[in-house]
Amino acid sequence: MLAGCDAHPIKGFLGAMKDWNEKFEGFVFSPSRLAPELPAADTTPDNAFPSYFISDTIPIAPPDWTLSVGGLVDRPLTLTLAQLQQMTRTDLRVRHHCVEGWSAVAAWHGVRLSEIARMAGLKPGVKFVEFNSFDNEYFSSWDLGSAMHPQTILAYGMNGHLLGSNHGAPLRLYSAIKLGYKMCKYLDEINFLPSQTGGYWEDQGYDWFGGV
Amino acid sequence: MPEAHDPLFKGRREQPWPIRIVHWCNALFLILMAGSGLQILCAYPYLGPRGAQYRWYPFQGTPPPKWMRIGEWLGGGRQWHFAIAWFFVLNGIFYVAYFFLSGEWRRRMFRPWRDLKGAIAQFLYYLRIRRTPPPTDFYNGLQRLAYSSVIIFGLVMVLSGLAIYKPVQLHFLTLLFGGYDGARVVHLAGLCLFAMFLVAHLILVSMHPREIINMVTGGPRE
Repeated sequence: MLAGCDAHPIKGFLGAMKDWNEKFEGFVFSPSRLAPELPAADTTPDNAFPSYFISDTIPIAPPDWTLSVGGLVDRPLTLTLAQLQQMTRTDLRVRHHCVEGWSAVAAWHGVRLSEIARMAGLKPGVKFVEFNSFDNEYFSSWDLGSAMHPQTILAYGMNGHLLGSNHGAPLRLYSAIKLGYKMCKYLDEINFLPSQTGGYWEDQGYDWFGGV
Repeated sequence: MPEAHDPLFKGRREQPWPIRIVHWCNALFLILMAGSGLQILCAYPYLGPRGAQYRWYPFQGTPPPKWMRIGEWLGGGRQWHFAIAWFFVLNGIFYVAYFFLSGEWRRRMFRPWRDLKGAIAQFLYYLRIRRTPPPTDFYNGLQRLAYSSVIIFGLVMVLSGLAIYKPVQLHFLTLLFGGYDGARVVHLAGLCLFAMFLVAHLILVSMHPREIINMVTGGPRE
């Protein structure tokens, strides 16, 4: 037996069914269907909204933090937080669905990812988006359709204040249409890619599509 | 009881082979669905959203025992649950199609005006309030009630499961169950009802052991 330290795809019956289910998820996903926006009264108290990271301690952004946007784009970007905050702001208050089974509600403030993609100019052939973080090796990758959904944003704020470092400061991916583990926190790099890559949890057996 | 002499069933076994196959596949699928579902529940053994968990649920924070779970961890449980779900649904569709196309519904489906009195009488007999069982042809009223309502119950399990699986894409369905956390309540309550059905089913079938043999061999021809 070879003990590999790379990601091993699940084989056999469960692997085949997982592939099938991911195709089914893509089929069920409608790019134009919006998650309902919820009233402020539904907001989960800040201390009851769980915050997960994989580092031993809360990851703290370096002082010269920037967001790199690259891959198959016409204009690779390096954006500071101030630049992101000057762009058209999108707010959404939606239900968060965790793979574990809990739900919670928060308001998120940020910039639509589709806006960033428009600025960078996607080259033909882009089908996937990969998100990398400074939280150890945490990363995730998405189908382009979900990434360009109007309720998919790069959030720098939560519930009316700046994003806390427990929730992914200074910038995290947030979306109404994916499970929590797909929404990479502590974001520092986005790549638009022609082929599918994995993710921290996806490589361990959570479904890659992870839509809700 | 005219259906006992229904010419449709002449020469047909009490449990035709499609029903036997569906029954034993269903037994396997339900065990796998229940075990993997309980493994999924372990990741958040609460009902109600974060910050507003339901006070009425007595098992908040209590994970189901390990021997009941299938899949080892949340990811494994999800893989089993979403894999077997397809076979469970296909099995159910096959059964319902056969149920109606073969005419089996005529001797199996609960029809209140025919079966309600018999069902009550049979129930009283099991409680030993009534001394003799009511006259029965193919199935008694209580059997018809149980085996018919369990089809609707299976449908509710599938729909509430889909409502949890895709609460945004199938938002209308999720709303039907009172939202995401409502759908989780229905889905778990369904599992409890299923466990109760299984216990009753096993007790009653042990009182009528011929039925177990029939469900394997098909039993005598009409």
